[in-house]
Amino acid sequence: MEILWKYAAPFIFGGFLCVIAQIFIDKTRLTPARILVSYVVTGVFLSAIGVFEPLIDIFGFGAKTPLLGFGYILAKGTREAIDNYGAMGIVTGGIGGAAFGIGAAIIFGYVFALLFKGKSK
Amino acid sequence: MNKENYKKYVSMRAEKSPVFKNCLFAFLIGGAICSFSQLLCDLYVLLGIPNDAASILVSVTLIFIAGLLTGIGTFDKIAKVGGAGTLVPITGFANAVVSPAIDNKAEGFVLGLGSKMFIIAGPVLVYGTVASAIYGVFYYFWGGAFSL
Repeated sequence: MEILWKYAAPFIFGGFLCVIAQIFIDKTRLTPARILVSYVVTGVFLSAIGVFEPLIDIFGFGAKTPLLGFGYILAKGTREAIDNYGAMGIVTGGIGGAAFGIGAAIIFGYVFALLFKGKSK
Repeated sequence: MNKENYKKYVSMRAEKSPVFKNCLFAFLIGGAICSFSQLLCDLYVLLGIPNDAASILVSVTLIFIAGLLTGIGTFDKIAKVGGAGTLVPITGFANAVVSPAIDNKAEGFVLGLGSKMFIIAGPVLVYGTVASAIYGVFYYFWGGAFSL
């Protein structure tokens, strides 16, 4: 039972977050880029007011994998950098925390762009 | 049922059913990606990678897979069905980076691939970073009240 919940919890919450975005796309014509921005900023905000960490405790990757989790990483990076380096962390912390995501996206993006051909426009 | 009613009925159905269907697929595919993340993390931990590192490695792996699927053209097919289910997880971020990089390669390596890479995902980084800096100011001055 416990092992089932371990995988069902991320499924349910992650799926739920995607459904909310889908409703926004279908009903409001918000562009995907705006939705991604909203999710990340919301993730930072929820982390800042202390709501997000409990969600991670319950839903694990259901909270971490959607872009809300990217916001969480930014906020967490900021907090830790301020704890360690003081005010400088306000500037360096976010990108520092998200470095793995940005780095992976740039490096893999570059390699795959070299390897594959795009759609003809 | 007269003509007017029928028209109403049809337009109602036509509007309703795709939204419901889209949401269902978004739920299934988005949920599946999150479950898969947990599975991947368990696998990494099993291989002896510490918890924190495993969690990061999961994101990196998802970005890699999404990038690869974007390259071979499979991501678009999944996204057509999954909609927000592929967009909202970090796979959507990866796709938003890799897709324009590939599509604009023809314009050159610097001004095409290099500069267009973040044409969609850039705002996410800009607003995410600004938001985290604002949080940082609050945390720096009123730290205790803003514990994560």
